[in-house]
Amino acid sequence: MAGLIRKPKDFFAGLLFLGLALGTVHVAQDYAMGTARRMGPGYFPTLLAWMLAGMALILIVRSLFGLRDGIDRFALKPLLLVTAGAVAFALLLRPAGLVVALVTLVLIGAAGSSESRPLPSLLLALGLAAGSVLVFVVGLGQPFPVIGFWFAG
Amino acid sequence: MDLFANLALGLSAAVTPENLLYCFIGCLLGTLVGVLPGIGPAATIAMLLPATFTLGPAPALIMMAGIYYGAQYGGSTTAILVNLPGEAASVVTTIDGYQMARQGRGGVALATAAIGSFFAGTVATLVLALAAPLLASVSLSFGAPEYFALMVLGLIGSVVLARGSLIKALAMILVGLLIGLVGTDVNSGVRRFAFDFSELAGGVSLVAVAMGLFGLGEIILNLQNQARGISAVFARITSLMPSRADLRAMTAPILRGTALGSVLGILPGGGALLSAFAAYSFEKKIARDPSAFGKGAIQGVAAPEAANNAGAQTSFIPLLTLGIPSNVIMALMAGAMLIQGIQPGPGVMKSNPSLFFGLIVSMWIGNLMLLVLNLPLVGLWVRLVQVPYRFLYPAIMVFCAIGVFTINGNTFDIYLMALFGVLGYVFAKLDCEPAPLLLGMILGPLMEEYFRRSLLLSRGDPMIFVQQPISAALLGLTAVAIVVVASPSLRRRRDTALQE
Repeated sequence: MAGLIRKPKDFFAGLLFLGLALGTVHVAQDYAMGTARRMGPGYFPTLLAWMLAGMALILIVRSLFGLRDGIDRFALKPLLLVTAGAVAFALLLRPAGLVVALVTLVLIGAAGSSESRPLPSLLLALGLAAGSVLVFVVGLGQPFPVIGFWFAG
Repeated sequence: MDLFANLALGLSAAVTPENLLYCFIGCLLGTLVGVLPGIGPAATIAMLLPATFTLGPAPALIMMAGIYYGAQYGGSTTAILVNLPGEAASVVTTIDGYQMARQGRGGVALATAAIGSFFAGTVATLVLALAAPLLASVSLSFGAPEYFALMVLGLIGSVVLARGSLIKALAMILVGLLIGLVGTDVNSGVRRFAFDFSELAGGVSLVAVAMGLFGLGEIILNLQNQARGISAVFARITSLMPSRADLRAMTAPILRGTALGSVLGILPGGGALLSAFAAYSFEKKIARDPSAFGKGAIQGVAAPEAANNAGAQTSFIPLLTLGIPSNVIMALMAGAMLIQGIQPGPGVMKSNPSLFFGLIVSMWIGNLMLLVLNLPLVGLWVRLVQVPYRFLYPAIMVFCAIGVFTINGNTFDIYLMALFGVLGYVFAKLDCEPAPLLLGMILGPLMEEYFRRSLLLSRGDPMIFVQQPISAALLGLTAVAIVVVASPSLRRRRDTALQE
């Protein structure tokens, strides 16, 4: 199988688009199609999804021909840590409050770079948390829970 | 001529203390992101969208416009002095600008860029004020089929000029259109593709998607490519004043760059980036001595710098007159207008003329501010380049997370942003540009509505799109664009032109 695919980037992009298209068609079956004259909520999405499936098939077929190319290595460490930082922020915001959530976000996110060192990252995290509270909560009056309900007693 | 009355109205709207302040903030922020590598105007505008919530429409749009054209100024400063394009449109300026700096003519190069940008900004302001009312009055006669055809042309036109695979770009448009359809269908009240998340009833948040793709996704990419060390050799500035010979050499390229940029900015997919690249290759082609390019030719700085500024400004024309964003920045501007309850399109000028012309005049004022702001502060900007990325990107993450949360006050949007961050990275690895997705997302609901109305008019006959002359012409243009781009010989030429 792997020998057949000459352009893995096109192939996997095609697979991704095909999955999205078929998923959309499947979900849209729950919505009324209607007719061209009186379109139901399912009509336009289904139409778009079939067009997307067409593009996906072209990509997949095309990936079997032509000059071979490669796919870049995925950098898992920054991918996981940057994403995890954002998710941790969302999880911690209400229970632990803005300050803890921000410090956690920066510490996890900063670990995504191989050049980061613990102490500067911690200082950066504290600085950014303090600055954000000042600017967004004190200055702009945004309704953030600065201290979460975990610590509210 | 109404032109002067319109400009006077714009002037009175733009010079209120509040609008001047936000114009200044926008220009300053724009310069900042133009200077800093690894963060572009799209991510910055996405981060600031939430902050514009509390402002009125005029200051919000004036500030965001300032970020876009301000970034063109800032990008050229570091491109010339340290060979680092802080912004994609400045890449061509590094070629000759940095060479000039190494020859001790960095000051002259900076002055050339500033003069070119300012002149182009002035002309582009006039072009906007003249062309926008014309186009808007034409589009008022458009019905549903014409609008649908126009959107097809806008979406497809925006990708034929871009780099990379056409099929992938078309697929990304379709994905974007589908994402745009998520939420409650206005006609039937059915909640589509919401998977029982009540947060999705109003649709997918544009800000969350933009910050995911252009904020987090970009960060992950940059971290992977971090190995490239920044070895900035700071060239000293001696004299800012161009000599008489320099002035003579830059005049024609600035004029040509301005003209080219003004035209290319209006095209779908156009804007600063395309204009700068096109102007550089054009100058090189018509030069008497093309071998001077790459060795510090003043023409190689003057033309692209004028063009990118002109293109940045005239790319507002399709958005303000037809309601069709031609690039990602304009898609985000459309998002900002929608947040303020303004539907971008021909109606804006009619219902809100002081906003419309105020925005246009503010661009000229902003250009003036940038001229004053940039040259004296060169030293500061150069020092900022040396801020290491490992300190910069956690700060970007913080702004993204806080910004997304403030839009709707729910953490759901932060998860959505994280998801689109991962998607953005995966798309980049598969050579799929994220910009068409965002354009599609903005136009999705409108396109469905016009499609539905067209077929209602024609009683279900799809031939209506080719029977109406205007819509047939627009769709014909789209077809020509696709055929031309798909032809292999032109493809190669386009790719080499974009690579240079």
